[in-house]
Amino acid sequence: MPDTLALTPTRLILIAAFLLCGVVAPLLAPAYQTQLTELLLFIVFALAWDLVGGQMGYNSFGNVLFVGVGMYVCVIVQVGLFYNVGLYTEARGGGTEFIFDEAQFLTGLAVGIPAAMLACILLAWALGSLVLTMRGHYFAICTLGLGIAAGQIAAGIPWIGAGSGMLTPNPPDALGDVGLLLYYLSLGLAVVCALTFAWLLSTRFGLALNAIRDDEDKAEAMGLNTHAVKVTAWVVAAAFLGMAGALYGNLVRFIDPLQTAFAGATIGVWMILMALLGGRGTLLGPIVGAIIFQITKELFWTYMLGWQRVALGILIVVVAVFFPYGIVGFFRERSKQKSRIAEERT
Amino acid sequence: MIANLQILLDAPALSLQLLIDGILIGAVFALAAYGLALVWGVTNVINVAQGEFVMLGGFITVLCADYGLSPLIGMPIAAASLYVLGWVLFQLVIVHLVGRDMFNSVLATFGIAIVLQQLMAHVFGGADRIVESGLGSWFFLDGLIGIAKVKVLVFVACIALGIALAIFLARSRQGQAIRATAQEPRAASVLGIETRRVYALTFALNAAICGAAGALAAMAYTIHAYGGLAYTIRSFMIVVMAGIGNLAGIIWAALSLGVAENFAGFILGVQYQIAFVFGLLVVVLVLRNWRLKRKRLYLR
Amino acid sequence: MLGAAVSLTGKYAQNGLNTKNGYDLAIKKINDKGGVKIGDKTYSLAIRYYDDESTPARGTELAERLIKQDGIKFILGPYSSGLTKAILPIVEKHKVPMVEGNGAARELFTKGYRYIFAVLSTSDQYLTPAIDLAAEHAEKLGKTPDTLKVALAMENDPFAQDVRAGVLDDAKRHGMQVVIDDQLPPELNDMSATLTKVKALKPDVLVVSGHEKGALTAVSQINALKVNVPIVAMTHCDSGQVAERLGEAAEYVFCAKQWHSSLSYKDDLFGTAADFAKEFQNSYGYETPYQAAQSAAAVEVFADALERAGSLDLENVREALASTEMETFYGPIKFDAAGRNIAKPMVLSQVLGGEYVVVSPAKWATGQPVIPRPSL
Repeated sequence: MPDTLALTPTRLILIAAFLLCGVVAPLLAPAYQTQLTELLLFIVFALAWDLVGGQMGYNSFGNVLFVGVGMYVCVIVQVGLFYNVGLYTEARGGGTEFIFDEAQFLTGLAVGIPAAMLACILLAWALGSLVLTMRGHYFAICTLGLGIAAGQIAAGIPWIGAGSGMLTPNPPDALGDVGLLLYYLSLGLAVVCALTFAWLLSTRFGLALNAIRDDEDKAEAMGLNTHAVKVTAWVVAAAFLGMAGALYGNLVRFIDPLQTAFAGATIGVWMILMALLGGRGTLLGPIVGAIIFQITKELFWTYMLGWQRVALGILIVVVAVFFPYGIVGFFRERSKQKSRIAEERT
Repeated sequence: MIANLQILLDAPALSLQLLIDGILIGAVFALAAYGLALVWGVTNVINVAQGEFVMLGGFITVLCADYGLSPLIGMPIAAASLYVLGWVLFQLVIVHLVGRDMFNSVLATFGIAIVLQQLMAHVFGGADRIVESGLGSWFFLDGLIGIAKVKVLVFVACIALGIALAIFLARSRQGQAIRATAQEPRAASVLGIETRRVYALTFALNAAICGAAGALAAMAYTIHAYGGLAYTIRSFMIVVMAGIGNLAGIIWAALSLGVAENFAGFILGVQYQIAFVFGLLVVVLVLRNWRLKRKRLYLR
Repeated sequence: MLGAAVSLTGKYAQNGLNTKNGYDLAIKKINDKGGVKIGDKTYSLAIRYYDDESTPARGTELAERLIKQDGIKFILGPYSSGLTKAILPIVEKHKVPMVEGNGAARELFTKGYRYIFAVLSTSDQYLTPAIDLAAEHAEKLGKTPDTLKVALAMENDPFAQDVRAGVLDDAKRHGMQVVIDDQLPPELNDMSATLTKVKALKPDVLVVSGHEKGALTAVSQINALKVNVPIVAMTHCDSGQVAERLGEAAEYVFCAKQWHSSLSYKDDLFGTAADFAKEFQNSYGYETPYQAAQSAAAVEVFADALERAGSLDLENVREALASTEMETFYGPIKFDAAGRNIAKPMVLSQVLGGEYVVVSPAKWATGQPVIPRPSL
């Protein structure tokens, strides 16, 4: 749907207003900074899922794989540049304290995040040739298996803390509020992610993705190198997931292999949920979905303590039953119907 | 790892123990997987609340035991209660999902799953529960091999339920209606089959099977309000490995999964037990797919 | 005025509730007695709760929320070492003191954190009394301590891994041989692979730690598979209600406890340990797990420090907490520089006749340990 991506003046203004909100939000509501950062990362998660799941029709259940790998690679680099990782994770009774000064902390982040991206690109490229030849349920379950196995393996490696997990380096006091830094990094990542995807989808590549979703065999018969397209999309998604994972690790600060890094039952499901809620296969959908999801989640968790999952569950059921194409899809259908009616009248 | 292999070679009887325990836990997975396949095949709905149904069945059994009923009586009660719940859930939610995109059903049933989790925690408490079946164990080879009778019961019940289902589907009027609907819903409804009733029946039947599986899980293992995911994931995996319409294949895949988990746990150390199984899943899928690819086919 | 994110859902739901009940009971008691006198004003205490769903990611977020959005200045700990570990950096960042009763991993106290105060003994001490006991009674097994074989089956989570580290150190000290060192994935429901190995290698001591699920699964499967080990020790028997639910099968199992109602501790607020247990049972209708006792003790410590600080100033309260030295129904409390309570020992009990009988340390023992465990 390239026509929906054209940059009309109204759209430009909307985007600019959005960006402005993003830049000033943490200054206006400093108390909500963490939730806002989380929201931005959720937007990246949902967008990245949708590129492969929504646009290309390859529903992955295992995207936490890249989130987790990004998280671990980043923290290993952050620590490993200055200390022995094995000692850091093992530091139980010993007297060694691991202090990171400003330069060390910032270098760690500056090297760690690209390293996380690189690692995920390589991993996605290597796995892509193997798993992307499967289709439908088989692709879904194979990625599910990858996500779970990765978490279990991470929980078995003592060097990265095994089941005890890993703490990200403590930011030095001299740096002031690192949360703000993380916020703007996340904002940057979300914006770059959205723009990259918008650009990708406006090119022939976007058409190729949709062609694969609609009928892969025909697309291939038309002479499209479907495999190359699929691997590229998967690698791009993985790169963004990896960077978002790296930031998410530093936001949460405690990396538990099964609960934070490879958290299939929470983040893994949520990213799919957000994309579907907003409307899969659209660029705006995952963004809207993530915003609505994060707001309802926070509200439920505050005002319905003890019943929050019941409320969230019912909401999910209602969305799945009554808004199968998500919120964006729902409004698009309505406006289409309206214009159809208008056409018939004229 | 080598040392662990050595132990097995020195005492082959232990392999037998691992094999038996693997088969027995596999039987519980087989039940949940069979229900999943039934619903999937007939209504094209993937029910990811499967594990929660299992846990709920377990809790009902625990509740019966708390009131002094034998867990063996609790089992049919659990199955019956879940049948009713399945029927109600179908009429409220699932009916809207039949014939829709697979992903909608995954999403909706995931919603049901988290609702059930928290409701179970409210009603039955958040603790791990277990019911003593009071059946004891059989011992062979001087106590080297022990088989809990309840696990054998699980196994027998699994096979019996599987056979009963197969007969029900093949012979009974209702079963034929289910199969007809699965094959061609439009034609079935033209021929006077109330497809909606058939769908509801299938879904309720699946819930009842899970309830029975849960009763058995509560007797042989532990249950927890938030512990359903393990069963959901495994049944999903089993069904995909075996194929939807293949009862024998599902039982076979479930039992092999149980055995593979146990041997992996023993040889590699339990910390890699789950990793091994899911790694194996990926490898099997990749290999199968690679073989097909040479014929320009693919897994779907 | 106090804030806490505890696990009301997820895998720690039961212990989250125990924690919350412990906090609530202490708050009620303190308020009934007229509240806390800070300077010349009297305050009554209240707790703002959130549910962290047993996941660290939510834990950190909720800690931020308590401090930044709700303006909570004093934090009570969550349940489990993992979650405590997760929210520590946040507490530290905002320099808000936290008193916790349910995060025991050693690592919490070696990272140079200044604002955490833990009333409980660290988790590496949980099962060392069992190893010591085994060494002491090695003769009864026809062996010397350095020929004893130890098997470990520990959940792969921050808490149990720390229990494991403690046991490994202690076993090494006694020169014991560790023959099995399995780490159970948290979602595992079945221990038969490990237990089959135990059968093959015939260790003298089997130690298990995996929260309630681990305790229940281990006891029932040890019985079902007839795994004969002379000494079986584990954590979380009482919160898992192992003796109550599994009856015979749980006999002679050693259980590590932070606290037990038969201990002779007492204070002005609750009276003796037994009084607390009675009051808890009356209020919540189930037997008192030690998790609730240490949570109540955490509130007591806070109240005491607030009174002594004489103001709500964070640094003053921190100083007051650091210099805490008091007797409570839960045991003596005195913090070292890292914030752990160094005054209170762990106790080891054994299930005898369906009751948890304290067998170690000798000072509080109400019974003799039965070693070896009779064959099944």
